[in-house]
Amino acid sequence: MSGYEARFKVWRGDAGGGGLEDFTVEVNDGEVVLDIVHRLQATQAPDLAVRWNCKAGKCGSCSAEINGRPRLMCMTRMSVFDRAETITITPLRAFPVIRDLVTDVGFNYDKAREVPAFVPPDGLGPGEYRMFQEDVNRSQEFRKCIECFLCQDTCHVVRDHEENKRAFAGPRFLMRVAELDMHPLDAAAGAGLDRGRAAQDEHGLGYCNITKCCTEVCPEGIKITDNALIPLKERAVDRKYDPLVWLGSKIRRRSGA
Amino acid sequence: MATGTESPRQRGGVHTGTRAAITAPHLRTDRWWLAPACTAAGLLAFVVYSTWRAFANADYYAAPYVSPFYSPCLAENCHAMRAGPNADLFGGWWGISPAIIILVFPLGFRLTCYYYRKAYYRAFWASPPACAVAEPHRSYTGESRFPLILQNVHRYFFYAALLVAGVLTYDTVLAFRDQHYRWGHMGLGTLVFLANIVLIWAYTLSCHSCRHIVGGKLKHFSKHPLRYRAWQFVGALNARHMQLAWASLLSVALADLYVYLVASGVFDDPRFF
Repeated sequence: MSGYEARFKVWRGDAGGGGLEDFTVEVNDGEVVLDIVHRLQATQAPDLAVRWNCKAGKCGSCSAEINGRPRLMCMTRMSVFDRAETITITPLRAFPVIRDLVTDVGFNYDKAREVPAFVPPDGLGPGEYRMFQEDVNRSQEFRKCIECFLCQDTCHVVRDHEENKRAFAGPRFLMRVAELDMHPLDAAAGAGLDRGRAAQDEHGLGYCNITKCCTEVCPEGIKITDNALIPLKERAVDRKYDPLVWLGSKIRRRSGA
Repeated sequence: MATGTESPRQRGGVHTGTRAAITAPHLRTDRWWLAPACTAAGLLAFVVYSTWRAFANADYYAAPYVSPFYSPCLAENCHAMRAGPNADLFGGWWGISPAIIILVFPLGFRLTCYYYRKAYYRAFWASPPACAVAEPHRSYTGESRFPLILQNVHRYFFYAALLVAGVLTYDTVLAFRDQHYRWGHMGLGTLVFLANIVLIWAYTLSCHSCRHIVGGKLKHFSKHPLRYRAWQFVGALNARHMQLAWASLLSVALADLYVYLVASGVFDDPRFF
């Protein structure tokens, strides 16, 4: 295998406008899309704006859309593309663009602030937390999140409906709610905080129609829909819709009266 | 969920002013349409077949086999099935096919199933048609309002589906008789029924609601080791929920088709012993 010249369309512009520009860039064995973008900067477009950091799929900085699919540029090998095809690279299309491939992902930080933090259990100080692995496995899966926001970008609830950004936290932050709600030491309930109710009433859980795009694009392979969003929906059903739970609560209330 | 359609240029979404100015609603170059197209074709085929069979009210019993579409049979106009799943709860006033009474429950179970919701939201409602492919709807409220908030009744249908699966298990046991109702026999139909009931149970138990009920709702698995094991088992099934949904849909249709072919005299059930 040897190097070859590949054709690219890269979106250039800012909030005022822009468009796809054509480039032909050298590609070598083993390279990823981010390598090509760096070569493009070095040889043809020194002012091309791109956000990146670790080049190892762990910082979540280089999120973009490659041939229309939300992906990390550093984890997308050039070998997955046909040599003859033109590869299109655009910024994330769910967020306001700043310049070229860089978007303003501040929406996500706003939503992060709306999720109440872990509530420490009474009587335990830092370093004194003890828990069984099977109790914390579920939350640990969600802790793999690198906050690349590809799930937020691909979720049609906000991608296709800007007006829903106010009411809907998006899969990443509903997953954060699930992570805390399933955490064996989170004492939110004791502090009067019902995370399940908040997921539905304040973070827009009902907007999710579980079409699993968040799971499809997650570079960490987190089963966001099956392990976080659907369990949250089931917890909402427990409280509001389950006939047996409802009957049980009525009986308990009556026997307690 | 969503109302109205208009051209991409007129609406917001990926064309909202602050986002990158790209005219195309999506830039995917792969065959993203193939999966929703196959889903739509498969579901439509089943809907057409099951509608015909449900309303046919004929050829659903060939001793000892009863079609899963007609079991349990709850009206007076049901075919007499010796020791079969007859229960005349609806009496003589029910004039149309008795399949309609019982099919409501498995239909509701599948209609509100988390996998099927994904499948038909994508395939029929294009909400979204595929990931990062713009949907054509002007507004969207998802499952937060009527009517789609009713998807939360999935739990009710899960309980009903357990009962229906129990009856179909009984029917499978009855399939170990011959056409003269003598026990200890087996035919090709018995194998068809066995395969069907295994898939029906696997699909029913792999349900997300089941996974939640058996253990997912717990905060501390370590305090409930048996429920933790059950949750792990259901979780392993749940990872194949989509495959089981399709396999059981196909098997239930094939079991009905088998009964139809035998009952209508197309061929005789090959007996093994």
